[in-house]
Amino acid sequence: MSRAERISDNLNRALHQVMEDDPSVHVLGEDIVDPYGGAFKITKGLSTRYGSRVRSTPLSEGGIVGVGAGLALAGDKAIVEIMFGDFAGLAFDQLLNFASKSTMMYGRRVEIPLVVRCPTGGGRGYGPTHSQSLQKHFIGIPGLSVFEMSPFHDARELLPHLLSLGEPCLLFEDKVLYTRRTYRGGEVDDLFVFDLVGPPPYTARVRLDDGSPPDCTLIAPGGVAHRALSAMRALLLEDEITCQLLVPARLYPFDPGPLLPLLGGTRHVCVAEESTAGGTWGGEVAHHLHRHLWDSLPRPVSVVCSAPDVVPTALHLERDVLVQDTAIRQAVLEALA
Amino acid sequence: MIDTARAHRPPVAKIGDEDLERLLLIRHFELTLLKLFEQGALNGTTHTCLGQEHIPVALSALLREEDFVFSNHRGHGHFLARYADPHGLLAEIMGREGALCGGVGGSQHIYHERFLSTGVQGESLPVAVGVALRLKRTTPGALACAYIGDGTFGEGAVYEALNMAQLWRAPLLVVVENNGIAQSTPTSAQMSGTIAARAEAFGVRHHRIATVDLAHIRDEMGPLVAAVRQTSAPLVAEFVTRRIGPHSKGDDARPEQERLQAELNGWHRAYGEAFPERFARIDARQRELVARVAAEVAARPAVTRGRA
Repeated sequence: MSRAERISDNLNRALHQVMEDDPSVHVLGEDIVDPYGGAFKITKGLSTRYGSRVRSTPLSEGGIVGVGAGLALAGDKAIVEIMFGDFAGLAFDQLLNFASKSTMMYGRRVEIPLVVRCPTGGGRGYGPTHSQSLQKHFIGIPGLSVFEMSPFHDARELLPHLLSLGEPCLLFEDKVLYTRRTYRGGEVDDLFVFDLVGPPPYTARVRLDDGSPPDCTLIAPGGVAHRALSAMRALLLEDEITCQLLVPARLYPFDPGPLLPLLGGTRHVCVAEESTAGGTWGGEVAHHLHRHLWDSLPRPVSVVCSAPDVVPTALHLERDVLVQDTAIRQAVLEALA
Repeated sequence: MIDTARAHRPPVAKIGDEDLERLLLIRHFELTLLKLFEQGALNGTTHTCLGQEHIPVALSALLREEDFVFSNHRGHGHFLARYADPHGLLAEIMGREGALCGGVGGSQHIYHERFLSTGVQGESLPVAVGVALRLKRTTPGALACAYIGDGTFGEGAVYEALNMAQLWRAPLLVVVENNGIAQSTPTSAQMSGTIAARAEAFGVRHHRIATVDLAHIRDEMGPLVAAVRQTSAPLVAEFVTRRIGPHSKGDDARPEQERLQAELNGWHRAYGEAFPERFARIDARQRELVARVAAEVAARPAVTRGRA
């Protein structure tokens, strides 16, 4: 079997594919045209192949999300790259008050097929304003769907799915994933296998190959998946606790329905995310699960976040702040103690 | 002082019945809204364009069906100048059956055919650039027209949009209704420099018009609007105007003298004096029309909402 593709290549090929398949797709972003091809090279080759449908823009995040919304409103489909997800703050008004509202506030559904891609998260030493996980700030806005890329999901399916929804979508792509490889064919490593469950865009379920019900369930968005896997491995080999990991591609609106049948018999559910605590996606998931499983959950869902701090630049300091595999393992051990 | 203003006012040229009808339709629509508010018949708030009606009425003759118009919080005139549907607009504002947007959007959030108003200052401009770029590609000759106010120039989105519009040659017509006041704050207390200089900084063509004469406005704007279509270059058209009503309702902090002055210099008096009989006849007709519309719409059942 040939080596799996890198996630950056998977995203790049997905962009090429949607532009090839649909001439109404336009891509906007800062420094995205060739030969530079974007700060993380996700848009490489697009401008060479699709010319004026790919536009390098001024440093105007609010403006370019607005332009994307305008293209989408008028009949195109638009994909906007925010160079660092942190800068999505500059586009918040366009997302909150224009794009999401316009799908719903005119008395009929108005289609705005707009995808805003946000390279996100820490672990790469970019410091406090280029390393945040801001998903939580976009959760709970009707008309704005929030997704996150993962190593288990194929961007070639995910991206067309988002564009087909006809409403503004944020796609978070954890920067630590870009250099990692995708998992394909159900195989993760020597211990774990995965499958995709629920309706598109699917939740990835990672578990032991033996089919036994797990002691514990971890839920994490794509960017935290590797840390969750590492915690699962340690919990199994050193603590003899079996886990399954659930990685949903859609973060909001979050439908717990497809996950509920997978949680029967689990002794603990732990949600791990990289954002700081307080009004988080993990808290939202925990709330849903408490509501649906109050009678069967043996103990409250735990939520593991990064420290309530800025994300430092120095490697060792950054590590201390961001959620790690050790924190996830610790949370599970404490809950099951 | 009041009399000299009158002496300085240039005479207005001939006006067609249709234009007069449209001007007075908007005037009576807005006056009726203020009355309905006083009576407690409306929910929330509204912003009337009293005194500024001539701008959209003049421009509507220069716009085409395929053009996309963006409006703002003070948008009833923009809408009625383009679509003679006072029933739909009032039903929207009153939350009655037949509402343009199901009663969800209300006064400042209307989307109808190629007309869209939205409530946050400045945010429509980047969207209008996107729409203009699409029109340029698919419907050459069509343009996006965005109405903004002088107060809108406080928003950064305006500058991001002007930059992109000029850079990418978007057929964008920005109509600035500079009424000298943003809610209660005079423009002099919230804008340094000028709108002209701000447009010039981006290499965007700017044109300033102070007259209330429809024919004059169309003569000046006609070639400029045609240039936007033909050359796909943005234009900032600044209209010096005066609001004669409150920002929303009962919140006019200006001295009465200033408000009166605005009224004396407005289109209403100019056309009323220039064509008294025709004006009075059409004025009475439109007053009755709007009264009828208001009675009909008020008698309709409340709009119900089917959730998406």
